[in-house]
Amino acid sequence: MKAIVTVIGKDRVGITADVCSLLAKYNINILDITMTVLQQEFFTMVMLVDTEACEKSLADMTGILEQAGQDLALSIRIQREDIFNAMHRI
Amino acid sequence: MLNQHEIMQTIQMIDQQHLDVRTITMGISLLSCAHSDVKTACDKIYDKITRYAENLVSTGDAIAKEFGVPIVNKRISVTPIALVAAAAETEDYVPFAKALDRAAKTCGVDFIGGFSALVQKGMTDADRRLIASIPEALATTDIVCSSVNVGSTKAGIDMDAVALMGRTIKELAGHTAEQGGFGCAKLVVFCNAVEDNPFMAGAFHGVGEPERVINVGVSGPGVVHYALQSVKGEPFDVVAETIKKTAFRITRVGQLVAQEASRRLDTPFGIVDLSLAPTPAVGDSVARILEEMGLEVCGTHGTTAALALLNDAVKKGGVMASSSVGGLSGAFIPVSEDEGMIAAASSGALTLDKLEAMTCVCSVGLDMIVVPGDTSAETISAIIADEAAIGMVNSKTTAVRVIPAPGKKVGDTVEFGGLLGSGPVQAVHPFSSKDFVARGGRIPAPMQSLKN
Repeated sequence: MKAIVTVIGKDRVGITADVCSLLAKYNINILDITMTVLQQEFFTMVMLVDTEACEKSLADMTGILEQAGQDLALSIRIQREDIFNAMHRI
Repeated sequence: MLNQHEIMQTIQMIDQQHLDVRTITMGISLLSCAHSDVKTACDKIYDKITRYAENLVSTGDAIAKEFGVPIVNKRISVTPIALVAAAAETEDYVPFAKALDRAAKTCGVDFIGGFSALVQKGMTDADRRLIASIPEALATTDIVCSSVNVGSTKAGIDMDAVALMGRTIKELAGHTAEQGGFGCAKLVVFCNAVEDNPFMAGAFHGVGEPERVINVGVSGPGVVHYALQSVKGEPFDVVAETIKKTAFRITRVGQLVAQEASRRLDTPFGIVDLSLAPTPAVGDSVARILEEMGLEVCGTHGTTAALALLNDAVKKGGVMASSSVGGLSGAFIPVSEDEGMIAAASSGALTLDKLEAMTCVCSVGLDMIVVPGDTSAETISAIIADEAAIGMVNSKTTAVRVIPAPGKKVGDTVEFGGLLGSGPVQAVHPFSSKDFVARGGRIPAPMQSLKN
């Protein structure tokens, strides 16, 4: 299943590395990444991922990433791609 | 691929603008539960509801997690109990309400609606028994909601029922006096009630509906308010377009959730209700949208026009976003459930008369309005008659959910808590409508009922 991972937080060295290794740990494959740092401070990253090989359910993953995000002082969430397509594509 | 801006826009709507799906409501037909023995009928009702809605809450929670959008309420609506209980050999319908309450609690839902009667053209014995049971039924249960339809464009207004409902509301307030008349927050008096409404307290599962069905109610006043902040000072054409686009997005989320819930629960999808439903939370208010259009306070001159535009644009934007639109579909103006309405009513800018005018152009009626505890039953009946007349003549749904809070007077505030919020006690006219209500009989259906 395709899903969107969004990461929001204060910029620092190694955020992308931390999040990528977190996703790798759960066998979530990254298909596309865009990221920006606003006003040299606010880090936002959007990833399109494939959760096909992930053994956890998406509902479980939302909790796992939220918890891991708290440990890393980031907001990390994973949502099904459908909701964004529904809202922004006709 | 979706671009980053679009994705972050959605995240922002959920995080900061209170975008959510207000309710997934499962409609369940209880017609098969009719039985001459009350206990058997109640057991059948309990079994059927708990069987059909067993996974409603867990499914709703799972969908909310996967899409990352809150689904605030999970609810059940059932066939009007007056129809189901008619076969039972009893005068007292309170056991039916208790069975609904137990079943709903077992399922873990927030509310169950359908302790209802449809009496627009007159009352059956069962309807009378149901209405007589309402005060005790709502006072002795926690999450059962009740509604009575007293009029329609086709049938006119049953003024005997209107008179009876005024007395019933007063009695119910007395039964729940310790909670400020809270029971009345669970009772709606309708004209032109709809059969597929997912919103409480007026939801019931109409007789024209299938065995069971999933209806979804969307929300999103905060999102519309935020969008309008970017078009300050622009003409109304721009305002309408902005609302339409926003309503489209909100409704698409509702449609997506509805389809997913329908698939997982193996239950047919009914409708998406395109309503802007506020909550008492700051930033989730319909009143603030109207004020964003340029009104100093909601309730001042211009409010009705602003609401008319909002209501229309929400429908136009939403209707293309859903394969099946129904329910009440429009903007809600429940006073105690809307932070901006509470403020406007407390400041004296928003009066009962203005609210009545506003109900001519939006989807509901006088909703969640606290009136003084010494308001007479006849005055409440007359308020109901006025609202029903607006609904009847304009071929739209109107409703009255007023709370005559025992012992409270104008200037006091009554706390209901949760989504029901808190309401300032609002003044009613001091002049009597007693002789008007005492006439009884029926107000005939208007000319527009003769469409054939």
